Amino acid sequence: MSALTNVVYLLAAALFIFGLKLLSHPRTARRGNLLAMIGMLLAITMTLLDKQILDFTFIIAGLVIGAAIGAYAAKTVQMTAMPQMVALFNGFGGAASALVAYAEYLQLTSDPSLDVTITMVLSVLIGTVTWWGSLVAFMKLQGIMRGAPIVFPLHQFWNILMLIAVVVLGVLFTMNVSQQSYLLAIVGVATILGFMLVIPIGGADMPVVISLLNSYSGLAAAMTGFVLSNNVLIISGALVGASGLILTNIMCKAMNRSLANVLFGAVGTDGGGGPVGDKKSVTEYSIEDAAMVLESAQSVIIVPGYGLAVAQAQHVLQELASLLQQNGATVRYAIHPVAGRMPGHMNVLLAEANVPYDMLYEMDQINEDFKNTDLALVIGANDVINPAARTQKDSPLFGMPILNVDQAKSIMIIKRSLSPGFAGVDNELFYDPKTMMVFGDAKKVLTELLQELKG
Amino acid sequence: MDGSIMVSIYIFVLAIFVGFEVITKVPPLLHTPLMSGSNAISGITIVGALIAAGAGHSGLSTTLGMLAVICATINVVGGFMVTDRMLEMFKPAKKDEKSGTKQS
Repeated sequence: MSALTNVVYLLAAALFIFGLKLLSHPRTARRGNLLAMIGMLLAITMTLLDKQILDFTFIIAGLVIGAAIGAYAAKTVQMTAMPQMVALFNGFGGAASALVAYAEYLQLTSDPSLDVTITMVLSVLIGTVTWWGSLVAFMKLQGIMRGAPIVFPLHQFWNILMLIAVVVLGVLFTMNVSQQSYLLAIVGVATILGFMLVIPIGGADMPVVISLLNSYSGLAAAMTGFVLSNNVLIISGALVGASGLILTNIMCKAMNRSLANVLFGAVGTDGGGGPVGDKKSVTEYSIEDAAMVLESAQSVIIVPGYGLAVAQAQHVLQELASLLQQNGATVRYAIHPVAGRMPGHMNVLLAEANVPYDMLYEMDQINEDFKNTDLALVIGANDVINPAARTQKDSPLFGMPILNVDQAKSIMIIKRSLSPGFAGVDNELFYDPKTMMVFGDAKKVLTELLQELKG
Repeated sequence: MDGSIMVSIYIFVLAIFVGFEVITKVPPLLHTPLMSGSNAISGITIVGALIAAGAGHSGLSTTLGMLAVICATINVVGGFMVTDRMLEMFKPAKKDEKSGTKQS
């Protein structure tokens, strides 16, 4: 590798860091992404110009095929399908790292040093696990595979057994690098491990898994960097590894779960638990009454949940919100960290519906304001507003940070029925005297409300 | 273990610290684009893929190299493009009409 190549790689790494730094504000974020893109382009161009490459046929073919698939996917994906898209892209990154490490093994002309062998094993292992794990996550989110946890008998026992097998195979391979069968066996075990690690994870826990796989894909790239002694791979991989870990941690905290509990607890259902047994009385409002309440509210905080996106009601909601604003009310959105299927997902869905980002508030920014708010309008959210998380020690939700909807002066909840959310816990907020329930499909109800207010 | 691997480990560890510093400043508002964008950055492994595919070695390693180029390119191109598509949608409130334009 020439000195010039190294300098350009360093520049690329600097552009990545600077690009990520610009992501700290929505105004500069797009420029940040562009800088990272330029960094990548520089690194690729420099590599192509470097004398190590003798034959361009396969490279051009690969670049064209990959770019076509990637561009098509990026252009056509629905914003609601973003989690599975990101999971899939992650998987491709992991696979690429594993493939590079394996190809590097095949090209060895002499016995490599110990550190190269170890990182080679790690790159193949992490990359393969990332690929298959991401594929399972994709299939679950896409609905190709059942979203509910799938648990085999003695699931954890087999996982531990496979981990031990990988370590043993890794040690055997390090001691005898010429034995390719060991490395192949590692690929095989890593494949099963990738499946087994993600298959027991329920749909609602997917944000954590995607974040974790994001981190893995970075680590795989960093390990490949060690194999090739290429610092730009090491730096970029480390950045992404750190990013994934931070997001994983945020998601776990937002659900008040430990990472171990998410990965091995097999919590969750396909969605919506059983019906509620006891019959407490709720206050049901008609569209006309609800419209009058909305009209008179001076301050409104909208609490959107994933049900809103499922009903494709974001656009109608924003129309309603701007109408209320025109009537002089203060309207804000309160976004819970897990209000979606991946970190920050709800913000993207609302941005797509033309909600300006200064109307979107994080939980910590807005939680104190609920008590001074006339109306909290809840659409398609349930567990994230359940006061049981604060009070009932035996509830599975206990300890989870929630939006203080119960402190608002009045509450309106638009919901299909009284069924509990993912956690399968009944929500006492539905029976609160100051809560108005409007039953029906979110999009239908909001459309009718909008017409009523306009009329 | 020679000196170069130690240097690499230094770089790795320091880069993790830089990553933590930079990424904790990204607001939850932008966590999805952060994820898809950082994901595209992890496609830097394409650099290794290009060399593996073009070094003119045995058939199998070139095939693996080309597969790696395809995977990494999907990751890079798809990741950056989808991130740009999302970031484009994030817009501030229009403070025009009667009150006049007010830049924050």
